[in-house]
Amino acid sequence: MTLYDVFDRLELTFVGQTMADSIWLFPVVEAVHLLGLAGLGGAVLVVDLRLLGLAFPDREARYLLAESRPWFLGAIATLFATGIPLFLSEAVKCYWSQAFWVKMGALALALLFTWSVRNRRIRDSRELGVGRARLLGGSSIALWTTVAAAGRWIGFS
Amino acid sequence: MSLMQFCEWLARTEWSIALHESLYMYPLVETTHVLSIMLFVGTVLFVDLRLVGWVFRDVPISEVTSRLLPWTVVGFVIMVTTGALLFYAIPVRTFTSVFFRVKVGMLVVAGINALLFHRRVQRDRSSWDRDPVPPRRIRLAGAVSLVSWTVVIVTGRMIAYNWFDCDNQPQTDFINWVAGCVVGG
Repeated sequence: MTLYDVFDRLELTFVGQTMADSIWLFPVVEAVHLLGLAGLGGAVLVVDLRLLGLAFPDREARYLLAESRPWFLGAIATLFATGIPLFLSEAVKCYWSQAFWVKMGALALALLFTWSVRNRRIRDSRELGVGRARLLGGSSIALWTTVAAAGRWIGFS
Repeated sequence: MSLMQFCEWLARTEWSIALHESLYMYPLVETTHVLSIMLFVGTVLFVDLRLVGWVFRDVPISEVTSRLLPWTVVGFVIMVTTGALLFYAIPVRTFTSVFFRVKVGMLVVAGINALLFHRRVQRDRSSWDRDPVPPRRIRLAGAVSLVSWTVVIVTGRMIAYNWFDCDNQPQTDFINWVAGCVVGG
């Protein structure tokens, strides 16, 4: 079975078919996906703007990370819970979409970077150097922006 | 000249047609519009969450607003600029979209709410600035903002769908009235 066959099967799943058959479901799930994006943006930015030296100069990045973490996780959960049905409804289209693969690659990188580099660095180090902090914040924003932009682009292909 | 006539005139302008028909420019503007949600609504969200007492409880409200709202303004400028361009590209259909009209209504609600909040702030902020959970009327301002921006995002996304378009008749009289459709009879 090729990867294409897998995607073809995925589209034929119950969730995929229900989404594809309904006029309302896809748009509504898509709108909630966007709400998740807003939450993700806020949760990522309160930490990254601090790392870049552009907000909350009097607060430690560690504190901002701890406070925003539940909202980050909530946003990620919302995005996955809505993103997976959206994907299932048009899995074959996604298979042929360059934007989809760019998004998936960037998403894997962004999650890996956030959890195993950025957050770990923030928690471990007593005092994060200015240059390194900026690099962390800048990379995080760049990665998540790529995910969001590529995600929107799936709709244009 | 009525608003409708103005939209019809806009739709005939050279740049409106060019933007509407462009292969990359329109998607690029729309993507930027969506991305600015992260910056604009994202920062608004954390201000609102602080106002309802769900995050940053040991940070004074004035510190959260003064550190985040400049970024909200940056996001707002990008959002309004790209939003105006999107409208400019498809003026008549957007003007007669039920979703667009509800969205504009909610933008007005969100705007008035923000205005009232900032007036209130100038009056008696010192008495609740450090409260982990501020008084009811402040929490209410945060909640109204959360709800109105949620509706703005949802209805904004729905503008793309043609369920209630004027050229997609029959619709109920109510829908045609809200959308301002002129149905021949």
